[in-house]
Parts: sequence; structure tokens; C-alpha cells
Amino acid sequence: MEWEVVIGLETHTQLQTNTKIFSGAAVKYGAEPNTQACEVSIALPGVLPVLNKEAVNCAIKFGLAINAEIAPRSVFARKNYFYPDLPKGYQISQFELPVVGKGAVTIQVPAVGKHPAYEKVVNITRAHLEEDAGKSVHGAVEGMSGIDLNRAGTPLLEIVTEPDMRSAAEAVAYAKKLHELVQWIGICDGNMQEGSFRCDVNVSVRKKGSDKLGTRREIKNLNSFKFMTQAIEYETRWQIETLEDGGTIHQATVLFNPDTGETRAMRSKEEANDYRYFPDPDLLPLEITEADKARVQAQMPELPEAMKARFEAQFGLTSYDAASLTASRELANYFVATVDNGAEAKPAANWVMGAISAKLNAEEKPLADSPVSSEQLASLLKRIADNTISNNAAKQVFEAMWNGEGEVDAIIEAKGLKQVSDTGAIEAIIDEVLAANAVMVEEFKAGKEKAFNALVGQAMKASKGKANPAQVNELLKKKLTT
Amino acid sequence: MINSSLTNSSLTQLSQMLANKTISSVELTQTFLNRIDALNPNINAYIALDRDKSLAQAKAADARIAAGNAEPLTGIPIAQKDIFCAKGWQTTCGSKMLANFIAPYDAHVITQFDNAGAVNLGKTNMDEFAMGSSNETSYFGGVKNPWDFDRVPGGSSGGSAAAVAARLCAAATGTDTGGSIRQPASLCGFTGLKPTYGVVSRYGMIAFASSLDQAGPMAKSAQDCALMMNVMAGFDERDSTSLNRTKEDYTRELAKPLHGLKIGLPKEYFAEGLDASVATVIEAAIAEYKKLGAEIVEISLPNTGLSIPVYYVLAPAEASSNLSRYDGVRYGHRAAEYTDLMDMYNKSRAEGFGAEVKRRILIGTYVLSAGYYDAYYLKAQQIRRLIAQDFVEAFKQCDVIMGPAAPSTAFKAGEKVDDPVAMYLQDIYTISTNLAGLPGMSVPAGFSNGLPVGLQIIGNYFDEARMLNVAHQYQQVTDWHMQMPELTMPKDVA
Repeated sequence: MEWEVVIGLETHTQLQTNTKIFSGAAVKYGAEPNTQACEVSIALPGVLPVLNKEAVNCAIKFGLAINAEIAPRSVFARKNYFYPDLPKGYQISQFELPVVGKGAVTIQVPAVGKHPAYEKVVNITRAHLEEDAGKSVHGAVEGMSGIDLNRAGTPLLEIVTEPDMRSAAEAVAYAKKLHELVQWIGICDGNMQEGSFRCDVNVSVRKKGSDKLGTRREIKNLNSFKFMTQAIEYETRWQIETLEDGGTIHQATVLFNPDTGETRAMRSKEEANDYRYFPDPDLLPLEITEADKARVQAQMPELPEAMKARFEAQFGLTSYDAASLTASRELANYFVATVDNGAEAKPAANWVMGAISAKLNAEEKPLADSPVSSEQLASLLKRIADNTISNNAAKQVFEAMWNGEGEVDAIIEAKGLKQVSDTGAIEAIIDEVLAANAVMVEEFKAGKEKAFNALVGQAMKASKGKANPAQVNELLKKKLTT
Repeated sequence: MINSSLTNSSLTQLSQMLANKTISSVELTQTFLNRIDALNPNINAYIALDRDKSLAQAKAADARIAAGNAEPLTGIPIAQKDIFCAKGWQTTCGSKMLANFIAPYDAHVITQFDNAGAVNLGKTNMDEFAMGSSNETSYFGGVKNPWDFDRVPGGSSGGSAAAVAARLCAAATGTDTGGSIRQPASLCGFTGLKPTYGVVSRYGMIAFASSLDQAGPMAKSAQDCALMMNVMAGFDERDSTSLNRTKEDYTRELAKPLHGLKIGLPKEYFAEGLDASVATVIEAAIAEYKKLGAEIVEISLPNTGLSIPVYYVLAPAEASSNLSRYDGVRYGHRAAEYTDLMDMYNKSRAEGFGAEVKRRILIGTYVLSAGYYDAYYLKAQQIRRLIAQDFVEAFKQCDVIMGPAAPSTAFKAGEKVDDPVAMYLQDIYTISTNLAGLPGMSVPAGFSNGLPVGLQIIGNYFDEARMLNVAHQYQQVTDWHMQMPELTMPKDVA
């Protein structure tokens, strides 16, 4: 029997604001426990929430980025439950009327084995603003649990998809795309280790061809793409095996254990809370006007899709290259800066996606830490373009620059990599090569095209790689055919 | 002798005495503290007193007066309902849950009085978390009505009410969620005003039902209330429901004559359930207004009867959520022994809350529960809008609405404690205005069997200055508001 997995994601993105969503307390990560817990964070008697406008701007930005409906009027609701790190005994969230409505994200699912890469649209159901809870700290005090309320009240945008994904690869491609997008528009720092971007994944399986959804289990709090792949794959296998063994799936919340690679139910939904949502009487409905949207729109950076289209049109890049360069805003900016510094677009694209990306990957460095700046890369590409050095020599220069050996021209000088473009000098070399390889010359004249390439190789070798290959080709051809 | 006249003086008179140095704020404060020492053990109007703090504020006020930058309330001792957080003060909200809570910050109202140079005389007793109409739900014991110690002062601002009536403060603050300023004002015979929702910031005022709670003044006269309003009202960015309006002077219309004033009398406020002797007093007051040139219009508020059921869905719903923060984790009462987290919650809350609070948490939790929400909470919200619409229609025909503030005079302690519904009916005439967000006042209008009766004045949104004018003009031709209960004082405290 063939099974199909159905996946939907709920992602909590921590918004990059200076202060909490409903108070003026700071939101820096890693501060001493409870040093960022003001009277509102602690939920002292009598305190009241005031909405942080910056958090609202972040939500509007996201709505604009996914081309979603932005609600002219949305409502904050209280989600009531008791937990020690939830100081008010309720979380302020949005329930019936979220700030961002239906939208969509286009994802690129990479090739796997013989399955080629493809594009897919993932529909966004909604995105709503809410506050984060604090943290329970176990083991800090002997025999007691500690409560750290620094995180309580941190602004979150919870982004919910339709159950549109059909494989772990699609789910991860979506998560990566979203991860990049929220950083691109500057609403989230994307730091998954610090919990700035956390995914809950709803997984269910059904027989292929069925249009009914199976019972889902929700994998909570995945904070790496690797774990997400593992967790979904394990969960999918587990659900299929359970059903094939005649069992039933019960709706549940599960946790992924990275050590065992397994998912395990933490609580079943039957015993879940009735959250008794109702509109928070301490907060007025959030109203967003067309003018508000226009104001935020004016602050929006060019979005990846628009930039990709522009790269194709303006620079004649292929769709693939343009997509690769716009995979992150940093990379795109680096590419644009390289071009702005005088490099030609196509070689710039090749070098950014090639040498630069390879080096960064190998050294596990972010682009921001690249020892070769966009300006330096542009100087290098200009020396290729003006025939000062060959492509091969450029690779040596790049390597040297990466290792901090200096600027482009100085390295070319020091290493003697300057290309020979003097026709007389090249002609002299070619004459020597032709004289020493009479057999090859005969073969070429007899119609063996391959011999020509061998002769070019010999000439390049004789010039110690410094001869301009185009000139060698041209002069050799002239000499052999006249 | 001077003391008795002092404690019975209006805020304006006290202000003048302070300004011309007839008396210092320290002396005035000490006078009230002495009177409290003598009378409070019987009346139980105060939960917390802190002489040193009060006198230090009085001293600072004297310095300010000497420096010549006094405001009208500088140096005047004000009693604060124990629902307002005041930095360094025990702030209990009448509950065992917060009996050990020292507020680390000031409520907006407290800050406003501090800025005005007023003296915080102490924290007054109240029904637990403002849930009650007799002050009998207080963890700190009931409060006696100064007119008859066997009777209740009303609630929930019972301590402030008794303190004003017994002249244990120059004026006091209260809060009104369903009538908690106006009903005790009626039962204790003084002037109390619940402003339009959003006029006084709720920041630092311990929440009962957020969409209904509103703080207001409790004082001897309309003029005193106006001076109090000048301090209490104003925009506060820390309260999202606080209204950003131009600061107004609430005394500005006091002197206006009432010729042509249209008074609406809702027939529903004079129907079954109103004590006949109370009705007689109210009718006499209306007659007085006619003499002042007012016209009487009969109006109808057809949904009045639904106000109590609607209130007892919405207020407990909000309260059940508002009171969730009292979990024994960060502050407040925590059970001495418990086995695990759930046990700690259960025991701390079971021990920390009294019966009425628990009743309302249960009702509120029930009406918000899945499957009941639409039938109760949503339906109640719909009716709430109808009730507000009743007033919109009514104010097309009149300038102010008048009627009784409470259906009866002060009842005996213990009389209604076992009958919540009878207790809830105390607020039948006041609750609608909270649901509509309208301002309402209670003004002393006479006596029935020696017990005070309050006339309620309901105004349109933001018509506080007009209402104070309407009350003040009445107080120019009557002296009900000047009546004081006879209290037996030890000899050395006049």
C-alpha cells in the first residue's frame, strides 16, 4: 500500500524589537535571570499591557512579504492556563482575528537522487502576534525549580501553514525559506540555537489518493533543520508502521529526542487544556490602516523574488544562478556590491557561488566573516577582465587573498602571475613549440583536431601558464593554417 | 474643638487653612491619625496605616506650601482604597492572598496624588478583590456603617466609605466595577463619583473585571469630588484603555444654574424592588430639582433587568482570568506544604481566596469554557451592547438621568451573606452604567429611619463636570451632605 505524508508547520519567530511586546523591558538573550523582568513581566497585581508598535510593524512586514491579507482590525485574546513560567496565568495571543491572514511562500525543493529539484507554493493560513513565556530552570537551586522571566513577554509572530507539504524535504525547504525570509525582511535574527526560530511540525499520514486528512501528531519545538528531517522521517515511519500493524494514531504532542532519533508523546490531546480564549479587555483591537501599510511598505527591502527577476533581467543571469544568489540577503548584497565595485555580473555570480561559497562552507564561516571583501573580489575580477591574469592565476590570487597575504595587485606582482599578452613574446614561444613538436603539427594537418589542443597545452606550459590563452589560440591557429 | 471642625471641613476650606498657615499638613494629618486611632478599632475602615510615611509626606507638603508651589490638594490627607498599589505599602486588595504583599510600585492614581502633594493617610478596607456589596468578604473583617454599627457600609469600597462618613479622612478613593463607589456612598451618606470608563488610569489598580473597573473619588461634597477628579483623571500611556483627552477642570461648571436641565427618570428604576422609603426620598430630591428649574422627562431603559445577569457572566469571566496570576509562585500566599506543582496551586489558591472570590472564579471559568462560551460570554456581550444602546436613546431625551443609587438603605451585617443573589441585587441601579461605560454619581438626598439615602445621577460620556454641577447646585440648597453620624469619641479626641 502506498502512503502519503501530510505536513503543516507552525513556526514561532522571535521578533527583533528592542523591548517586549507589552512592556518596556529589554529582550537581550542570555542576561542574568530575571534582570529583564519588569513589573509587567512578573505580572505584579495591577500591571497592564501596552502593545509595542515595533512588533506590529514586524507583523505588517511579514504580511507584505508573503502577499497576505493584513487585517484592518485584529484582536488580542487571552489563552488561559497555569504554568509557573507563565506569570499572568494566561498568554496574550491572537485567536479568532489574527493580524496576518492568508498568504503564500514559494519554495525550491532541492533534487534528491533521481528526483529533480522543483518549485512549490506553500499556503500560509495565518500569522499572529503573541508573547513568549518565561523559562523554568531546573537544578540551579537544590531541590527547587527556578523561574527566569527574562523571556516572558518577548514578541513572537506565530506563522501557520496549510497542510501543504508532502515530504520532510518539502517541510525543510519551507522552513529554510521562511527562516531566510524573516531575516531578509529584518524581523527575526534567525538564531535557532537561542530559540529565535522554532518550528512545530504537524505530521499525519494517509493512503495515497485519499482526500481525507489522517490524525495528526505535533512534533514540538524543533530548532534545527537536521532534527526536523530526522523527526519527520521517524514520525512518518512510525505512523505508517502503527497503521499497518492495525493500530490507530491518537492526536498528540510529541517531542523529538536527538540522541535516539525518536519522537515520543508528551501529552495526549484528550487531556489537553481548555484554554478559555476570550478577547483581552486590557487591550484595544489592533487597527492597521492603509497608511500604516504604506509606511511599512516604504521601509521594505527588495524581496528575494523581485531581486531574482531583476538579476535575470539586468545581468542576464540564469534563473538558477539568480535563485542561488538570492537565497540569502547577505549573499545577494555581496554579489551586488561586487558588481557595484566594477566586476562583470556573470563572473561575479560564478565566483560568489563558486570560490567564495566553497571556502565559507569548508571553513563553516558566515559570509560576514569572509576574509575577501566584495571590493577585493571585484578587483580580482577586473584583473581577469583586463587580461592581467588568467583564470587559473586568479585562483592562486584568491587563495592568497583569503589567507590574508594582501591586495590583488600586490599578490600578482609578488607571485609573478602577470599574464603575457605581448604578441611577439607569445609568437616566439609558439615557434619553439612548433619546432619541437613536428609530429603533432603533421597530425593536425592530417585532420586530427585533438593535436591542436595538445599544442596549445604545450605553449601554455612553455610560458609557465602566463601566456594569455586566447592569444595563444589565435596565433597558433594563424601559424598552422598559413 | 478645632479638630472636629477640621475633620468636617471641605477640601477647599482645608486647602485655604493650609495656605494661610492656620494649620500645617503635619498637624492636619496627625488630627486624622488621632481620630483613626480612636474610632477605627471599632469601624475597621483601614487595613494598613503607616504613620511615619504619612507624616513624612505631610512634612514634605508643608515644605512645598512654604515654598509657594502648592496645589489644591497639597497637604491634604487622603485615604486610598487598598486596591491601589502604593510603593512600600502593604497592598492586600482585601485578600489573604495578598496579605503579605508590599507593593514595589505606585499605581497611576497614587502617583497623581503624590504629584499633587496629597498625603496618603492609609489603605482602606474593601471586599476581597472588590467582589461584594457589603464589605463582608474582606479577609480583614467587615466594616461598620458609621450611621449604625450593626449595619454594613456597602461595598466593595466599604472602608473608604466608612472613612469618609466617619471623617477618618478628608476624602478617599474608591473603585467601581458594578456600583462599588455609588452604593456605599448611598449607604453611608456622602458623594461618590464613578467616571466614564477610561478617564482614570487603571495602571496599578488591582484588576477585578478590566472592562468595567473604574476608579473615582469618594468625598463629602460634589465640589470635593471635582477637586479629587482634577487629580485623578488624565491620560496614562501605561493603560491602553486610558483615553487621551485634553485635561479638564472638573470645577469649571459647578456654579452653572440648572434652568432648563432635562432630567430623565427611568421607569425601570422606580419599579418593584425599590424600597418605598427610599423612593420617597428620591421623589423629594426630584422635587427639589424642579424648584431649581429642571424639567422632568420620563424615560425607559428597557434592558435594565438584564444588567445583573449580564454582569454576572462578564465580570466573573474577566475576573477568573485576572486572578490567575495569584498562583503562589512569585508573590502572595503560598501553601506551607504541598506535594507537587498542582498541589501547590490548589492549596495556595484554596487557602488564599475567600468564598465569594472562588464563586466568581468558578462562574467565570464555566462561562468561558468550550461549549458554553457562545451561550454565555458572547450572548452577554451582545446584551451589553443593547444596554449601552438604551442609554444612547435615553440621552436623546434628557441631559442627565436620575434615580436611586441602591434599592434600600444600609442592611444589617450578616443579612445577605448567605444569599448571593439578594446581595447582587444591591447593584441593580448601578451596574448598567458600568456595562455602558457611563459616569454615575451618588449624592446624599435624605434619610430613611435615620439611614442615608443616595440619589444617583447618571451622565452621558465625559459629562462629569456637568454631573458635578448638577450635584453641587443641589448641595447649595440642601444640607444632607453635611450630616454626620454621631460617633462616641474618647474625651481627649474631639
